[in-house]
Amino acid sequence: MELQLELFWRPCLTGAALALLLPLLGLYLRLRGESWAALAYGQIGAAGALGALALGIPTLLGGLAASLMAAGCKPRLERWQPGAGLFPLLFLLGWSASLLLAANLPAVEGLGAALFEGQLYFVSREMLGAAFVMLALGVAYLRRTGWALLLLSLHPVLFLARGMPAWPARIGFDLLVAASLALAVMCLGVMGAFALVFIPPWLAFVLAPSWRKALFIAPLLGFLTYSLAFVLALYNDQPFGPILALTLTLTAFLLLSFGKRGTEN
Amino acid sequence: MSVLEVEALVAGWRQPAIRPISFCLEPGEILALTGPNGAGKSTLLMALAGIGQIFSGRCVKNPKARLGFLTQARPPIAGLPLSGKELLALTQASPAGLPPWLSNCLDQRLDRLSGGQRQYLALWSVLQTPAELLFLDEPANHLDQAGIAHLRPALRQRAKAGAGILLVSHAPDFLRDCCDRAIAVEPCPCSNPRP
Repeated sequence: MELQLELFWRPCLTGAALALLLPLLGLYLRLRGESWAALAYGQIGAAGALGALALGIPTLLGGLAASLMAAGCKPRLERWQPGAGLFPLLFLLGWSASLLLAANLPAVEGLGAALFEGQLYFVSREMLGAAFVMLALGVAYLRRTGWALLLLSLHPVLFLARGMPAWPARIGFDLLVAASLALAVMCLGVMGAFALVFIPPWLAFVLAPSWRKALFIAPLLGFLTYSLAFVLALYNDQPFGPILALTLTLTAFLLLSFGKRGTEN
Repeated sequence: MSVLEVEALVAGWRQPAIRPISFCLEPGEILALTGPNGAGKSTLLMALAGIGQIFSGRCVKNPKARLGFLTQARPPIAGLPLSGKELLALTQASPAGLPPWLSNCLDQRLDRLSGGQRQYLALWSVLQTPAELLFLDEPANHLDQAGIAHLRPALRQRAKAGAGILLVSHAPDFLRDCCDRAIAVEPCPCSNPRP
């Protein structure tokens, strides 16, 4: 029974929580034109986890700390260099740091490979707990602040002119995304996590007739494709990250070719 | 009590952009800010809203007055799955009073509407937001004839309901038809009103 929990339910539930959360976050990232933030925070988180392993501290903590630090520095970096170059820069920084650590420290090489492949089947109990905590936090945050994120994107001056505090919708959201991505790369791999943040929201933007329905469609697509990928990877004994990314990509091709575009009538 | 009192106010971004300006805006009044391009009209609105900088002078808003602000930049809705109803709900704007050519398509995505419908709905979402003080920067921009024809009485009605409206427009006919009075904004010599 315990073995069954270890081998099946623990990774299955961890991934399911992330498959619901990441597309939701991806919707708001897409709204803000920041989908690439997922790749940047994810890769920085991966570098942090590898660094933590090299230093002998828990990898989850290292990944979270690095990713949150990147999100915390974002406003300052944006003031320093406004424009779209920030996230590619952070991604490249994280990528080079990760590869150099893996190449030079034999002790972290195994984790490095797992972070790129997405070895969901070896997640720890702590990661299962963290995934559900992040899901609960994410849903609660978006229920409370989702409208502010929308208003700030659509009518930013109206939002500010009303004297409403913008920080919960700005830095609060960045921190939530960074923490979620740091956790997600350790379970799904960098590209698997990015695919969940990028593809279901993209499809929801194309297909949904309203924002409310997009909030339903994106996590549903994320969950369904994740479930299919989980079974496919398990039965074919394949690394999970690439199978997830492939399933999502094929789903996108299929739905964009044959799906009904978002009109209500 | 005035909804907005401005006295010898000098506003700008990094440096003063306009000459000192003074005016009062009463509830129910529509006041136009006029002046050539680059005079600093939009900058003045931004400063009055607390976003731009005030260098000297006085600006007193009725503390009970909520502010609605339409900038020249319209909401970026291309590709966004947002319906007209949702846009209005976001700013708590009432759909009552919308023209029939808009009220019938509120359930559709904004990016499936015509350009004129989209522009008018974006304007309506601010015009009808709960506010006692409205700043409207070029509200008639990009509107078709039907939109402009509907906007004039809608502005009047909004003012009649008690809102003070400060309006910037380059269309003289529109200003003449809509506004109670106008005040000229003069640029500060050697200024750059852009942020």
